[in-house]
Amino acid sequence: MCLGIPGEVIEFVPDQPDLAKVDVSGVRRMINVGLLADDPPKPGEWVLIHVGFALSKIDENEAAAALQFLEGIGQAYEDELAALQESVIE
Amino acid sequence: MRFVDEFRDADKAHALAAKIAALCEPGRQYKLMEVCGGHTHTIYKHGLEDYLPESVTLVHGPGCPVCVIPMGRVDDAIHLASQPDVIMTSFGDMMRVPGSDGSFFDAKARGTDIRMVYSPLDSLKIARNNPDKRVVFMAIGFETTAPSTAMTLLRAQAAGLTNFSVFANHVTIIPAIKAILDSPDLRLDGFIGPGHVSTVIGCRPYEFIARDHGKPVVVAGFEPLDILQSIYMLMLQLSQGRSEVENQYSRVVPWDGNMVALKVIGETMELRPYFEWRGLGFISHSALKVRDSYADFDAELLFDVPGVRVADPKACQCGEVLKGVLKPWECKVFGTACTPETPIGTCMVSPEGACAAYYNFGRMNRTRVREAQVTRS
Repeated sequence: MCLGIPGEVIEFVPDQPDLAKVDVSGVRRMINVGLLADDPPKPGEWVLIHVGFALSKIDENEAAAALQFLEGIGQAYEDELAALQESVIE
Repeated sequence: MRFVDEFRDADKAHALAAKIAALCEPGRQYKLMEVCGGHTHTIYKHGLEDYLPESVTLVHGPGCPVCVIPMGRVDDAIHLASQPDVIMTSFGDMMRVPGSDGSFFDAKARGTDIRMVYSPLDSLKIARNNPDKRVVFMAIGFETTAPSTAMTLLRAQAAGLTNFSVFANHVTIIPAIKAILDSPDLRLDGFIGPGHVSTVIGCRPYEFIARDHGKPVVVAGFEPLDILQSIYMLMLQLSQGRSEVENQYSRVVPWDGNMVALKVIGETMELRPYFEWRGLGFISHSALKVRDSYADFDAELLFDVPGVRVADPKACQCGEVLKGVLKPWECKVFGTACTPETPIGTCMVSPEGACAAYYNFGRMNRTRVREAQVTRS
């Protein structure tokens, strides 16, 4: 739950400025980016996601390092990804 | 040692370890608390204690959201979930936390409708799809997850949902650290500050620790090198007689936190006068409730919550583990009666819990040696 998982912003949803589609380790899901309203991410930028919300912007290097770390921790990350896959945020 | 060399940059880790060792004053013992359960997980997973001199001890703190939920609160939640037409939702971590009459999973097996969600926002969809049901989201977590509950409340209100509410169990980290600093059981030399909580609250709230208690704080990232680097920064401060707040994780944590997140928390939630923490007891102003202006979404007002208080099982020593007074393996039931499959205490449930982390990884490493030392002493 407290894992921050990095996702690449793919696209925004028309008329819903708080929602963005992100790619997390190949899983594409909608997340809420409203907490970054002061400095919204652009497509191609990376964010750290907690329970469906982008909480901070990160650069690509940090995202790669964080992903490598998460893939190394095994089950907890797999569970998080599986949960993300089930998630339907609208 | 098989986990120890698993991570990249092991050479850098050894170099940092040597720098840490060089800073140790002969004869002095150092106790550093990692507040966050995510850090505890990394420390055990990668055997980081093996890199440290014997005089540096890492003490595991209370920053595991599932671990600090008292049993009575789980019973309250199951009572709520058992009311007519209720669907309760919560994070997966919550499902196996034992109440006095079983966990969410046990209640689910008895027919109670409790569903795991990835995000609180998923609960809104469940509410929309089940207009004849009352959906209650059991919100848990420190400041890392509180903004998501806040945003969900805002969205629920904007959407005019009338069958959604929140059973708020959000806790705040600073009062817990204060309680630990005031605890007579434990003398600490410094704190490895939580990474993702600080993304929200920033680094300033820790300043009292450095200023009033004279102890350094370094906010740290989650990778093994982040933690070793933070320990080095703490040791450097101690060797120079400094006590400051430093940010090792500045690539993610802004010094002032996330102002939008703080604003939405403040809009939708307010501090409770007090809240019971597992192991730490009642702590003033340490948890959040739904603000009165969002009363229509406050499960504690919409339902009759019994407010159950249950003492921890006698054998369980999660309280001492959460305060850092006991190491996981010093608990009487660790690894015997209490395992991740059949947890007695919360620390064995969550991957961020010190007992679960140690059970899964720590026994492979030097801690086994330490265990023997503890048993002898």
